[in-house]
Amino acid sequence: MDLHRRDFLKVMCATGLTLATGKALNAAPKDKNVPEFYGILYDSVRCKGCRGCEYDCADANGLPEPEPTKNIKGLRKPDENRRTVINEHKTSKGTVYVKMQCMHCNEPACAAACLTQAMSKTKEGPVIWRGDKCMGCRYCMVSCPFDMPKFEYHSPNPKIQKCTMCYDTRILKGELPACVENCPNEALMFGTRRELISEARRRIYEKPGEYVEQIYGEHEAGGSGWLYLSPVPFEELGMNTSLQNASYPALTKGFLYSVPSVFVLVPALLLGIQQATKKNHPNEESDDE
Amino acid sequence: MNSQGAVVADNDGKPIWKFLLKELKPKGRWLTPFNIISIPIILLGIVLIVIRFWKGIGAITNLSQEIPWGLWIGFDVVTGVAFAGGAYVITFMVYILNMRQYHSIVRVTVLNGFLAYLFYAGALLLDLGRPWNVINPIIGNNFGVSSVLFLVAWHFLLYMIAQLIEFSPAIAEWLGARRARKILSAMTLGAVIFGITLSMLHQSGLGALYLMAKEKIHPLWYSEFIPIMFFVSSIFAGLSMVIFEGSISHRVFFSQISEKNHHKQRGIVFGLSKICTGAMFVYFFLQLLVFIHGKHWDLINTPMGYWYLLEMLGFVLLPMILFFYSYRSGNILLVRVAAILTIVGIVLNRLNVTIIGFRWDMAVHYVPSWMEIVVTLTVLFTELWIFRWVINRLPVLRDSPAWVKEENN
Ligand code: SF4
Ligand code: SF4
Repeated sequence: MDLHRRDFLKVMCATGLTLATGKALNAAPKDKNVPEFYGILYDSVRCKGCRGCEYDCADANGLPEPEPTKNIKGLRKPDENRRTVINEHKTSKGTVYVKMQCMHCNEPACAAACLTQAMSKTKEGPVIWRGDKCMGCRYCMVSCPFDMPKFEYHSPNPKIQKCTMCYDTRILKGELPACVENCPNEALMFGTRRELISEARRRIYEKPGEYVEQIYGEHEAGGSGWLYLSPVPFEELGMNTSLQNASYPALTKGFLYSVPSVFVLVPALLLGIQQATKKNHPNEESDDE
Repeated sequence: MNSQGAVVADNDGKPIWKFLLKELKPKGRWLTPFNIISIPIILLGIVLIVIRFWKGIGAITNLSQEIPWGLWIGFDVVTGVAFAGGAYVITFMVYILNMRQYHSIVRVTVLNGFLAYLFYAGALLLDLGRPWNVINPIIGNNFGVSSVLFLVAWHFLLYMIAQLIEFSPAIAEWLGARRARKILSAMTLGAVIFGITLSMLHQSGLGALYLMAKEKIHPLWYSEFIPIMFFVSSIFAGLSMVIFEGSISHRVFFSQISEKNHHKQRGIVFGLSKICTGAMFVYFFLQLLVFIHGKHWDLINTPMGYWYLLEMLGFVLLPMILFFYSYRSGNILLVRVAAILTIVGIVLNRLNVTIIGFRWDMAVHYVPSWMEIVVTLTVLFTELWIFRWVINRLPVLRDSPAWVKEENN
């Protein structure tokens, strides 16, 4: 991958049509094998569905207060007024709760899609959104495989709402994300991805009957900062299990890499054809240049 | 004669601003059917656009969190740009392959292309939630180079400049600016080459936009080859539009077209239908390969499968055969039928990727609101107004002024 990237930049510069500013093409970190991103492990076996994290999240991010549990019917999704929801699922092992929010992908499709870099992956791991850059095109929403960026359709100054892992407000100050700090059941755990994966493996290993042997988010969509443990297969929890394991930005790389070669080869080819055909048609008509 | 003299001579000695003022006034009758339909729609559209900026995009559209792009992107931008592809194909034929017999339709095609881009870019601005930040990726304080949309946006911008240069000799002739015309004409070839390259990339780029929406688009329309499909289909989409528009504007602007060009039109139309046949054959074959490669046989026997077959057989294969027969038998009516079928087919294809097949599995489907449709019509009608204004004034369909010929000889 690295070789490609270097070649790409070389050709780009050579053409003089440099659309790139010399930054790397993909939104992933330079060194692909750094899983030292921070993430959060969510253990649905431990979660009691108290929805405390919904309230804490709303509070921390200035969003309207979540609706009371008795008003909830059916499954909900995060939207422009709530960055996270807890859904209750009836499964083969009884009621299981699942938290939904942005997954903070290792190679986020939203950030690769964003043409203003408003959506971006920080070096610490959270994927954040910056309003002074975003032009509201909603391409991030089209691209995100988890459908997590949400748009304020009813505002003249609309924002994209999604979980930022409390990056600006807490992580940078050395605090835990609001949901993690306040979870009374230790269902949420903050740490580096590496730590979280080994912790998840340990839990699966120690209580094999309680967990399925899969960590959702370890490989899905190229891996994500949020990792999930579950007592039942993830389909039963309404999680999208048909996602590819390769990263989503990789899907457009072939196209983007071909751009510089097209810019070098096609004009040359066109000029060649133009010269070749010119001689065959000596000024047939006078009404052109 | 110098360029100053030219202005004076061509505009009856009036200063340039008086000439421009005179040209701004409408020409011809006011109460034409087109005006009667378009004026109220445009006025309504303007009201809706005000509401949109005041209350937010959700106030007049049916977009949702799951379907963030609707009619304005799927139809105005993605479909519209495919039809504007005629400009790069025709300039390729005339300036690169030196097929001079098509020269008489270059200007009108380029004008159409330019206005299409201008207005579709405009439609794009309506769809942006935070349009004031559109400047960020242009002035370069935030280059999202990994984004296909970044590429497409830049290419729109550059291509509009290239098309303006291609068209500029007509403006110079209108203003009687001889020296400027010489300089601008000399830039044509460069602009054409640049423009064709840009077109190849952004026509396919519009398809590449949807590559990351892998699970969201119905598998019969999603493949890694969407960019190539979009590019190849833009060739015959553009040419069909040229044929269709030609048949209309030859009636509407009859008086503008010289005797000689009227006669040539027949040959041009048959030539274009030959190219359409070829391009559609390639396209159909590619679609077939992708279908076989995708192993989606089981999906054919579903409602979406029938819909897919209708698009491929009824609106690609059938018009292809019609195009083929039309130029074999010299039947101009058949060409027009084929062109219209092709146009419908392209609309279907683009909407199938962007709207109909996008989240086909959701319980609630996106259907554009009447307000979205009115705004789309507003964009279209405004474009036609400008188009008519230009055609009636600049030497687009009509021949260049006499001094151009003098100078060339
Ligand atoms: S889940 Fe979606 S919004 Fe969140 S980082 Fe991944 S691609 Fe971006
Ligand atoms: S809506 Fe904003 S954050 Fe999302 S891709 Fe567009 S510019 Fe980027």
